[in-house]
Parts: sequence; structure tokens; C-alpha cells
Amino acid sequence: MEIHAPFVARKCEPGQFIIIRVDEKGERVPLTIADYDREKETVTIIYQVVGYSTELLSKKKEGDYVADFVGPLGQPSILHKRERVLGVAGGVGAAPLYPQLRKLAEMGVPVDVIIGGKSAEFVILKEKFEEFCENVFIATDDGSLGTKGFVTNVLEDQIAKGVKYDEVIAIGPLIMMKNVVKITKQHDIPTMVSLNPIMIDGTGMCGGCRVTVGGETKFACVDGPDFDGFQVDFDECMKRQTMFREEEHECKIGRGK
Amino acid sequence: MANMSPNKVAMPEQDPNVRNKNFKEVALGYTKEMAMEEATRCLNCKNKPCVNGCPVNVPIPEFIEKVAAGDFEGAYEVITSENALPAICGRVCPQENQCEGKCVRGIKGEPVGIGRMERFVADYHMANAEPAEVSIEKNGKKVAVVGCGPAGITCAGELIKKGYEVTVFEALHKPGGVLSYGIPEFRLPKDLVAKEIESVENLGVKIETNVIVGRSVTIDELMEDGYEAVFVGSGAGLPRFLNIPGENYLGVYSANEFLTRVNLMKGYEFPEYPTPVKIGKKVAVVGAGNVAMDAARTAKRLGADEVYIVYRRSEEEAPARLEELHHAKEEGIIFKFLNNPVAIKANEDGWVEKMEIVKQELGEPDASGRRSPVPIEGSNYDIDVDTVVIAIGQSPNPLIRHTTPGLDVQKWGGIIVDEETMESSKDGVYAGGDTVTGAATVILAMGAGKKAAAAIDKKLRG
Ligand SMILES: Cc1cc2nc3c(=O)[nH]c(=O)nc-3n(C[C@H](O)[C@H](O)[C@H](O)COP(=O)(O)OP(=O)(O)OC[C@H]3O[C@@H](n4cnc5c(N)ncnc54)[C@H](O)[C@@H]3O)c2cc1C
Ligand SMILES: Cc1cc2nc3c(=O)[nH]c(=O)nc-3n(C[C@H](O)[C@H](O)[C@H](O)COP(=O)(O)OP(=O)(O)OC[C@H]3O[C@@H](n4cnc5c(N)ncnc54)[C@H](O)[C@@H]3O)c2cc1C
Ligand code: SF4
Ligand code: SF4
Ligand code: FES
Ligand SMILES: [Mg+2]
Repeated sequence: MEIHAPFVARKCEPGQFIIIRVDEKGERVPLTIADYDREKETVTIIYQVVGYSTELLSKKKEGDYVADFVGPLGQPSILHKRERVLGVAGGVGAAPLYPQLRKLAEMGVPVDVIIGGKSAEFVILKEKFEEFCENVFIATDDGSLGTKGFVTNVLEDQIAKGVKYDEVIAIGPLIMMKNVVKITKQHDIPTMVSLNPIMIDGTGMCGGCRVTVGGETKFACVDGPDFDGFQVDFDECMKRQTMFREEEHECKIGRGK
Repeated sequence: MANMSPNKVAMPEQDPNVRNKNFKEVALGYTKEMAMEEATRCLNCKNKPCVNGCPVNVPIPEFIEKVAAGDFEGAYEVITSENALPAICGRVCPQENQCEGKCVRGIKGEPVGIGRMERFVADYHMANAEPAEVSIEKNGKKVAVVGCGPAGITCAGELIKKGYEVTVFEALHKPGGVLSYGIPEFRLPKDLVAKEIESVENLGVKIETNVIVGRSVTIDELMEDGYEAVFVGSGAGLPRFLNIPGENYLGVYSANEFLTRVNLMKGYEFPEYPTPVKIGKKVAVVGAGNVAMDAARTAKRLGADEVYIVYRRSEEEAPARLEELHHAKEEGIIFKFLNNPVAIKANEDGWVEKMEIVKQELGEPDASGRRSPVPIEGSNYDIDVDTVVIAIGQSPNPLIRHTTPGLDVQKWGGIIVDEETMESSKDGVYAGGDTVTGAATVILAMGAGKKAAAAIDKKLRG
């Protein structure tokens, strides 16, 4: 989805996100900036319909308005000029990964990517990554596209084959990032992850997005969302993401459609 | 002869056991008759100690005289000569430390109900007056205001009246600052806040919501865009935590998160408004300021059976307005003074289950003259809780200081300004309100906004 948002489009950088409110009663929903066009003053968001607000958003048609759109939020990613970087994406994690890898490629860094999804239809942006990645690997749970299995299986294969990566950028579900980090830690490959805790304001005001990184509390919306994967307390993040499970369910049933 | 009753005319209020289940305003406000009667308690003192107690020097006896005579619009004019948001101040000012704290009638008995009359006059005006047509001669100069809380609104309102073109940039989707996202509906109705903001917009102030200065645009860029001065009223919105074990467990909120979910996102009307707020049966709120009282009373209204205020000092040191403490007690909030939380404990799923507390006693007076609490060794005990709200204060958000070269700040993050002009170390950049003082009061923030507006005007006129 492409949105006309001059204040955001003029300044955003890879790694940053926006907050959208679909209608006047709406939740504040954070979504990563997947792409932007400074001339057209537009930004692109890519999202997965998982609950009430994303479903509401999916009903918007071309030319429609949303109530609020604010950004860019968060720190831009710090991209290093490495020898070879591997991106690992799970599901819609491919969306935030895309501008980061593209920027690295523009900086002259050779990049590979592993895209994972439940099945072929959940693998997104494959063609777009192919434009600049040297190797694009696919992994699906059911084997409907690429390797049958997890992105971590492909990662292990690559390492076993002796391919040398000096940085991994992993973006996807927390459990995927946790498992990627488990492997890269063994091989001492620096790994950046992007966290998506539950947010409200996105400006550092509420503290709801706090995460533990290197034993310290950080606010993901202002200190992140990218962090050194070796330092992140993934188990705590995973628990905190479930804080409103029951209410989210109720909301979808009660208000959906 | 003045009315020598030792007590204020009583304020009609919702019954405590009714109101602790709804979000309607607690205090219902004076009638005309009540206001006029209370007005007769004022002695019209020559030296006006009450006026010195008011941070913006509202001409108190003058407005009360008009109330006594039934000239409420006249009273409104007197108040608004110094205070642009009387409906709000009448409700939330800590009057006992300010105007009413200095009132001579307070020596024997209760002081004159200045806040209550101020509220009455403002409400009367809002209900009855036609919006006045204003024509202001423009001077062609542009000023930007960062943050739409009381400091920013006041500064913008003053400057627009002086002929400037004023744009306020607000990070959230709704203007008002703490008045919108922090202070609950039952204490400060949101349509009243909206009306006060509207009246500033009617004067021509432009409010751009969803613009985060420092991210969407920087202060330097605003100045390049032709804004000749920038006033920063970005508040103190960064929540502090206790730094005790267990603060990231499920069920632990900062007061800001909890109150934002309820007030700004209207979580109390979930699922009609889809932002959830989860509240358990036993809630502990840490702290004893206005923010803590608001959180505790909100939790009660959302259906919690038991709500505790846990505070490490004694009641005397509790920073909340007297009226809030009093209302909280009436509504059944349980106070644990001289109790300090040391850990939060969770069940297997990571949900809060208990809070470990150590009892405190008052020791020797510290540098500030307050007797400081010291833990009583071995007095630790647990209480059962399933929700914890941390309300121990806020500090300024670092976003602006990190993106504005040349802006000097205190060690704790507050912007440093010249106290007379509110100008910062950066030429043309002014600041005021909580971002300068740390978490303080609505009226002080407004006073700062006003002072800065006067200084900006003086400077830009040359
Ligand atoms: C920095 C950041 C970037 C993100 N980028 C993307 C993206 O590019 N594409 C995408 O599809 N999703 C992204 N998300 C996740 C997206 O915000 C959630 O999927 C969305 O809020 C779900 O809302 P819902 O009402 O549809 O679902 P719900 O049923 O309300 O929630 C489903 C799940 O989504 C998560 N969630 C719910 N509310 C929030 C919230 N306010 N903030 C964060 N997570 C929440 C929770 O884990 C919850 O269990 C991002 C999240 C963050 C924090
Ligand atoms: C729950 C609660 C109860 C309170 N009760 C009382 C009371 O009873 N009486 C009393 O006198 N005081 C009370 N206070 C304190 C009072 O509300 C504050 O002192 C006052 O609001 C400060 O005004 P301000 O304009 O400086 O900042 P705020 O009201 O905090 O407003 C700042 C605004 O700036 C915006 N902002 C921040 N950063 C940026 C940025 N980078 N770009 C754009 N916009 C930005 C914020 O979103 C916010 O809208 C209470 C506070 C709270 C939290
Ligand atoms: S503004 Fe506040 S302190 Fe001043 S007179 Fe009114 S209520 Fe009292
Ligand atoms: S001090 Fe009290 S009695 Fe005296 S003028 Fe002020 S309000 Fe009236
Ligand atoms: S989302 Fe509120 S502090 Fe990060
Ligand atoms: Mg939702």
C-alpha cells in the first residue's frame, strides 16, 4: 500500500517506521516503511492482516484516506560496509528488510537473502530482492516453494558450505529471530534484529514497548527498533507480545466485519 | 458585612460509590446561587495575598466581586486577562498550595473557594457566550510552537493575538498534551479541553497533529522554513521506572501507558474503541502524586476490586492535590504509606502475581528538610496483585535535545532557559513548561508559555 505523506517521505531512512490510525476510533498501528519515494512524497507499507486493525486497513481502496499517519519513527538502521551480508526474513519481515539490503547493495556490499514463509503465498518481495541480491534462498514450512523447512535450516546449510558472512540482519517473528541468533552466536556472526513490541505512541512517552537489551531496559520505539540480536532477551519479548491476546481476540470477534 | 461562614459552600459531587464505577465528572460544579454565595466570603483584602499565590496573578478579588454581583461575563473578562484556560485551572490547579493557600480566610477555617468560582465562571461563559468575532491585524511574521500542551497552547494563543502567524506541531493525533492523554475524563472532561483548544484555533492558530519535531522535521529546518522563533513546550513525557526486579512482567504499566490507553485511546469503551486496556482484580499503583491518584481511581472505575496506593513516604509528603487524595479515599482506594516496593514477582506465564514491599519509617530530615524514609529491616512482605502501575514521575523526552544542535540542557534533560525571557541557549528558540521544569503543573506551564510569548514579541519587533 502506498500512502501520500510528505512529512514522512521527505525524511525517512531504512529501518524506520510509521504509525497509522485507520479511522477516528482507531488503534495506533506501527508499520515499517518498506519503501519511499521522495519525489512523489509517498511511502510504501506492507502488512499482514492479523487482527481487527489490519483487517480494517485492508478494506481501504485506492484514493481513500486514513485518519492519521505519523513518522518517521525509530532510529534508522546502522548499515556497515561489510564483506558479505546475509538477510533473513520471515513473513512480512521481508518488508522492513528490503530497504536495508537494498541500501547495502547500493553501498557496494554483496548481499544474500533467505526469505521464509508458511507456504509460497506468504513469501513476499522475491522478485524485488532478486534485483540486487546475489543469492535469493526460499524456505517454506510446507515445501511449496524453495526448501521445505525453516530459514534457519538454510542458514545452517550456508554456514556448513563455508560461505562467510560477516553480518546477518534477521527480521521476522520473534521465535525466528531467536533461533537465527542461536546459530549466528555459535559462529560469532554479528546479527541485527528488528523488534516489534506492542506500541502506542511510538515517541517514548508510554514505555509500553520496553525490551531488555544487554540487561538494560530500552524503549524499542526510540532506541530501536533494531538491536544487537546477541543482547536481546527474546523470551521476555515473546511474553510481552501476548499481553492483550484475549482482548485482541474479543475485538476481532466483536468488531470485525 | 462579609459572609463569615468558616466553610466553603459545599461542592455538589457524585456519590463516591456511584462515581467509582463511571467516568463522568466527579465534582458537578457550583450553581449561580452557590457561586454568588461563596463570593460573599471574600474580604477583598487590600494587599491581595491570594493573587501573589497564583502563578499567573489572576486578579482574584476583582473577579470575585463581579461574581458576587452576578456579573459572570464581567468576571470572565477579569480572569482571562491573565489566565487563558480558566475552566481547566479551576479544576486542576493545586489551589491549596497556590491562591487558596495564601487566602486570609484560610487562617481560621477554609479559604475562599477561588478555584471553584473560577471554574463556575468559565463554565458559565462556555455555556452562554457567543463566540466573539475577532479581527487581528497580522504582522507577517511566523512563529512555530512544538507540542500542544498547556504551555504550547498558551504561547500560541498569546502570539496570535499579537498578530503573528502561529503553527503548533503536535506529535500525537490529538492536541492537549497531558490534558488529553493523562488527566482522566472524570476529573477533566475532554470536550471541555477540546473547546478550549478550539477557541485558540478560532483565533487563527494552526495545529498540525502527527508531526514529531526531531523526526518529521527538525527545529533548524523550521527556522530555515521562515519561522522566526520556535517555542518548545514538549512536556515531560518520558516515564520513570523503579529499576526493581520484575518491572517488565506482563501486567506492569507505566502510568503514562495505562492512562493513555484509557484517556487518549478510550480503552474504557473497548471494544467500541479497539485499543485494549487490561485491568485485573488487585491493582497496586506506586507513587502518591496526581498521576498516581488518577491511575488508581481509573483502575477502580475499570472494575478492579482492590486498588492500593503504595508510597514510600508518609501522607504528609504525598504530592497530589488535597482534593484528589480526599476523593481517592472516598472512592475506596487503599493507602499504604511508608511502604516501598522492592520487587515484582510473576507466575510461570510471566504475569504479575505479587509485589514485595518493605516497610519504611521516617528518619532524620534530609537536605530538603523533609524527613526521609528509611527501610525497616526484616519488615518485607508480599501482597497479591495482578496489575501494577508505576507512577513515580517523568522526565523530558530526549528527542528534541538530540536533534537540536546548540540547545543546552540540564544533566537530567531539562532545557535550560533564561528565566526572564524563556529563551534557550539557541538563538530564537524558547522553551517552557514541563520540558524546562520537569513534571510540574498546568498553570506553571501556561505561565511559561505566556512569558515566552511576550519575550518573542519583544525580540521580533526589534
Ligand atoms: C516497529 C514495528 C514495525 C512493524 N512493522 C510491520 C510491518 O511492516 N508489517 C506488518 O504486517 N506488521 C508490522 N508490525 C506489526 C503490526 O503492528 C501488528 O501486526 C498490528 O498492530 C496488528 O494489529 P491488529 O489490530 O490487526 O491485530 P491484533 O489482533 O490487535 O494483534 C495481533 C498481534 O499483533 C501485535 N500487535 C497488536 N497491537 C499492536 C501494536 N499496537 N503494536 C505492535 N504490535 C501489536 C501483537 O503481537 C498481537 O498479538 C510492526 C510492529 C512494530 C512494533
Ligand atoms: C496524569 C496526570 C495528572 C496531572 N494532574 C495535574 C493536576 O491535577 N494539576 C496540575 O496542575 N497538573 C497536573 N499534572 C501535570 C500537568 O499536566 C503538566 O505539568 C502540564 O501538562 C505540563 O504542560 P506542558 O505544556 O509543559 O506539557 P504537556 O502537557 O506534556 O504537553 C506536551 C505536548 O508536546 C507533545 N510533544 C512532545 N514531544 C514532541 C515533539 N518532539 N514534537 C511534537 N510534539 C511533541 C506531546 O505529545 C504533548 O502533547 C498532571 C500530569 C499527569 C500526567
Ligand atoms: S489560575 Fe489556579 S492558582 Fe491562579 S487563581 Fe486560578 S485556580 Fe488559583
Ligand atoms: S485573600 Fe481570600 S479573602 Fe482576601 S481577597 Fe484573596 S480571596 Fe478574598
Ligand atoms: S510506544 Fe510508547 S514508549 Fe514506545
Ligand atoms: Mg488490534
